[in-house]
Amino acid sequence: MTMSQNNPDKDDQTSGSKKTISLPLSRVRLIMKSSPDVSSINQDALFLTTKATELFVQHLALSSFNNGSGKETNSLSYSDLANTAEETETFHFLTDILPKKILARDYLKSLEQVQDEEADI
Amino acid sequence: MAERPEDLNLPNAVITRIIKEALPDGVNVSKEARRAISQAASVFVLYATSCANNFAMKAKRKTLNAGDVLAAMEEMEFERFLEPLREALEVYKKDQKGKKEVSEQKRRDKEKKADSENDKSREEEEEEEEEEEEERMEEEAENEAEEEEVEN
Repeated sequence: MTMSQNNPDKDDQTSGSKKTISLPLSRVRLIMKSSPDVSSINQDALFLTTKATELFVQHLALSSFNNGSGKETNSLSYSDLANTAEETETFHFLTDILPKKILARDYLKSLEQVQDEEADI
Repeated sequence: MAERPEDLNLPNAVITRIIKEALPDGVNVSKEARRAISQAASVFVLYATSCANNFAMKAKRKTLNAGDVLAAMEEMEFERFLEPLREALEVYKKDQKGKKEVSEQKRRDKEKKADSENDKSREEEEEEEEEEEEERMEEEAENEAEEEEVEN
């Protein structure tokens, strides 16, 4: 009884360290095209943007982890990311989508303070 | 053309894998953190595209090219990416060239085959079909014989 080999000719996108990217080019292209004023994108440019995005994900994750409090607990949390975005210049463009979070009661307290100050004026 | 919000996100599974590979083994990454990184990645694409597009427009080009993207990385202060990007691009271009050659070769083979088939007369075709039929029957007989052996 012979075992059949599975698709030795199939384009090996999923195995080995030889593959250069994991993110789908088509999806990245979709995002790029949503940018105003962009007419067309050359194939190499699409590839580079995709690869750069992967490098960016690695860089953001690792920087946030090293910078954060999670090193003792061996974890990466949202606040690590938010803190890194604020503290590291190259990640400043992320501060709008990675806002620091505060507890609701702290926010309400600070609102009260502002109201009190305004009442005094 | 309206894109749905989901379309502008990157696949979670891939993002998760990239994060895991970047961090030391066993680090726990919260779901919220993963989602945030994925969104950050989408924003990165937009920012990089916009930046690269500025370079293209300055050069009065309508098509974004590799140089524009590299210039954008420098502008965004991600010089650390430049070297790995250039290397990856070389490998990618080689792959693309190889694939192109393979598909062109396939196309040429197909054309050759089509030409030679057209030259054959109908008689010859019929003769071939007969031969094939004989071969098939022989094969079947062989297989049956094999199966019998196995069963024994």
